[in-house]
Amino acid sequence: MTTNEGKLTKKDFTSDREVRWCPGCGDYAILATVQSLLPEVGARPESTVFVSGIGCSSRFPYYMDTYGIHSIHGRAPAVATGLAISRPDLDVWVVTGDGDGLSIGGNHLMHALRRNVNLKILLFNNEIYGLTKGQYSPTSPLGSTHKSTPLGSLDRPINPVSLALGVEATYVARSIDTDRKHLSEVLRGAYEHRGSAFVEIYQNCNIFNDGAFAAVKDKGQKEHNQIRLTDGEPITFGPDNERAVVAEADGSMSILPTEEAGDRVVVHDPARDEPTTAFALSRLALNPTGPTPIGIFRDVDRPVYDELVREQIDQARSDQGEGDLGSLLEGGNIWDVV
Amino acid sequence: MSDTATENRPGDRERVQLHSAVIRFAGDSGDGMQLTGDRFTTQSALAGNDLATLPDFPAEIRAPAGTLAGVSSFQLHFSDKDIHTPGDAPDVLVAMNPAALMKHHEALKPGGTLILNTDAFSERNLQKAGYEDDPREDGSLTDFQVHEVPVTDLTLRALEGHVERGELNKKEAERCKNMLALGLVSWMFSRSVDETEEWLRSKFRSKPEIADANVEALRAGWNYGETTEAFVFHYEVKAAKLPPGRYRNITGNQAVAYGLIAASVRSKLPLFYGSYPITPASDILHELAKQKNFGVQTFQAEDEIAAIGSVIGASFGGSLSVTASSGPGIALKTEAMGLAVATELPMIIVNVMRGGPSTGLPTKTEQSDLFQVLYGRNGEAPIPVVAAESPADGFDAAIEAARIALTYRTPVVLLSDGYLANSAEPWLLPDVADLPDLTQVFEFTTESNSDDGYLPYLRDPETLARPWALPGTPGLEHRIGGLEKDDGSGHISYDPVNHHAMTQVRHDRVQRIADDLAPLAVDDPSGQADVLVVGWGSTSGPIRAACEQLREKGRDVARVHLRHLSPLPNDLDDLLRSYGTVVCPENNMGQLSTLLRARTLVDIKGYHRVTGQPFASDELADVIEQHGFGEQA
Repeated sequence: MTTNEGKLTKKDFTSDREVRWCPGCGDYAILATVQSLLPEVGARPESTVFVSGIGCSSRFPYYMDTYGIHSIHGRAPAVATGLAISRPDLDVWVVTGDGDGLSIGGNHLMHALRRNVNLKILLFNNEIYGLTKGQYSPTSPLGSTHKSTPLGSLDRPINPVSLALGVEATYVARSIDTDRKHLSEVLRGAYEHRGSAFVEIYQNCNIFNDGAFAAVKDKGQKEHNQIRLTDGEPITFGPDNERAVVAEADGSMSILPTEEAGDRVVVHDPARDEPTTAFALSRLALNPTGPTPIGIFRDVDRPVYDELVREQIDQARSDQGEGDLGSLLEGGNIWDVV
Repeated sequence: MSDTATENRPGDRERVQLHSAVIRFAGDSGDGMQLTGDRFTTQSALAGNDLATLPDFPAEIRAPAGTLAGVSSFQLHFSDKDIHTPGDAPDVLVAMNPAALMKHHEALKPGGTLILNTDAFSERNLQKAGYEDDPREDGSLTDFQVHEVPVTDLTLRALEGHVERGELNKKEAERCKNMLALGLVSWMFSRSVDETEEWLRSKFRSKPEIADANVEALRAGWNYGETTEAFVFHYEVKAAKLPPGRYRNITGNQAVAYGLIAASVRSKLPLFYGSYPITPASDILHELAKQKNFGVQTFQAEDEIAAIGSVIGASFGGSLSVTASSGPGIALKTEAMGLAVATELPMIIVNVMRGGPSTGLPTKTEQSDLFQVLYGRNGEAPIPVVAAESPADGFDAAIEAARIALTYRTPVVLLSDGYLANSAEPWLLPDVADLPDLTQVFEFTTESNSDDGYLPYLRDPETLARPWALPGTPGLEHRIGGLEKDDGSGHISYDPVNHHAMTQVRHDRVQRIADDLAPLAVDDPSGQADVLVVGWGSTSGPIRAACEQLREKGRDVARVHLRHLSPLPNDLDDLLRSYGTVVCPENNMGQLSTLLRARTLVDIKGYHRVTGQPFASDELADVIEQHGFGEQA
């Protein structure tokens, strides 16, 4: 239950349901960050809806004291689209995973993003199927061995950020489950972005795929591998910013020692309308096993789907007048029988 | 054609009065036969006839010209009496090429009128149609009154001036030949072409030279009939004595679309329509997309699953939410329909049935998805099902589907089919003020409903409907989903007793709908019948016509038609048991028959045929005769 007035706290967004993820799961950290962030950004529980599909991450809505739909496998973006089109007054969030969002539901994810529906889509990427106990997922690295691929995965993985940029999503970001500050920042940006916001969150599954993101999470490694994207800043990284991202003639990007890069260092600009540069950045890491960009790749303004839908309705009303049922039925050829 | 009288007017050729006639236009897909049929239908409607139409076209958009696969046809039955079917065998067949003749001549009544476009009877076209010899010369058409009309040539000659003046080229001129044929047939049946002229001028407003050419061809066809000695008669079918009121023609898809808009207006809920294009349901989307001034939100989704997904989301948000498809699309929506059952949200799922299985016969009609919509889901997932019985009835059926969905907070399936979708009939327009007031059947919950906070599954004791609290309402935040719910709180529950109770309540809620239904209306004029014909959906017309035929022969036969397939009406069991013979004809392999046998243990006599075409009334009269009266007609 929430009150109507006054400043809200994390408690106002926390349901009375016992959280049932495995102890140590990265989902706990993400949940806590979201529950803390929403009151901070001024969200209202009654105006917030979390929609999910199937998978470990999809239990998320039950733990939020907001409105919520735990839908079916892969379909959360579709369900959320209907809600967001018809109810522009709501903040609609989608919580999905790498299996739910990229495998069975890849089609819906792609279309929600390219339409720029007003949705905040959080994709918890753990590179594994958790709820079905450990099969490889669309983001599992090539050759990785799991229950269903004892001899190594033959499937080239999807890079979720590349996919989102490929369909010209208007807000595309990546963060890490346990990096509360960074995750909050990226989610705040998503909340404030009107239109589709896509956030990939590296989320550790400590049961079936522990340490998949060690290169960007663990002390001693992350300092060397996190490429933190900051608006307006040259893209350099490493403990002493000793490495830099440069653009190659063929449009791809590569990493050079900063001193060699000189003025070739790419300056990050998420507002660039053309997604090509952001896409090239996303290709620096197919899987996060080495230097990997995190942060906001792209943040641009485009017409939002529900606004366009409403504009057409307003236009029709101004052209044809407010619909009148009697006139509609009598449209076309009519005749009277006496 | 049924004659009444022959009258001669001064200066007029013999004008034969008919009670009714069936005419079929057949030609290549590119010949404009659907449009020709549509125009003749409108002309007949404006002349006051009762009518029924049967468009029949190939699934291929443009099959190779001149082939059997490319033949498109349009049949129209028009009458001065109340009629129920598009007619069995045509009295008049217009065949625009040999393939059309090959495909349709067997249907023509013996002695029927055959109008051939002789210009299309080239050796190559005859070959393409599979003729070894020219049927005009080998005696195979001697049963018919054949009129060889050089339709193409007449059209080109009529438009010679237009071509010379460079207003259109020869190919464009030739394309007007369907209007020449329409003009000729209009003359044959004493129909005014004024309305079609107006229509052509309005349709080609931006291309007046095309409008002129079509009007010229139309008039030339009429004049050809008037001046050629070949036609010794022409005919007249007078206005039917229909109930008084204002009428229009309407197809099934259009009627469903209008019914949905009416339900939106009468419930004061915004209409959200999410769908993916599929034959033969797409026209509902097209129609609704034109009516945005009613606040209709149409969403063409990326696939069938997204379509119903969006509808579930919009329903949660408080819209009157609707999706439509045909069997293959409904198959894809199946899992989401289960979610709609579990979340107990109101919505309408329209299935415009077509021939199956799989892709089946996309443009042909069938009633074979009854079991699919009743049972095609995992788990016990009951969904109410209503069916439209005629094209215009799609309007009332859609409103009824909305009433059930909103009253009981449940997904509802509305069944239509390919025949109803594309066929037209005159529709007596309802008074808008008399339509059901759907604001009375539901309300949004705005206050908590218990001391323990809001319980999203705390039910109305009468309807068993759960409350409908919309996002945006403070204090009623709640989560729903596909996992089993605790009855009342809606929390996830794996409790065995609760699961059985929830399964039972989902079942009971659908059954409660039957308590609300009006008693079944049995059509039994003599009150003496011991034979009952039970049907559902689009077989209504042929069954009714068959019963009327039998009654004219002195047979007492009763008829009942089911609007509600789930739940079945409470008074159905006693009704079926009270007849010595119950016959159930269906365009499937016996789905309703099976259901009725299982429920009532009455030995239903089924009749099952799936040809992609609606039943003929003669066919059903034979079946009823055989089962009910022990002999062949």
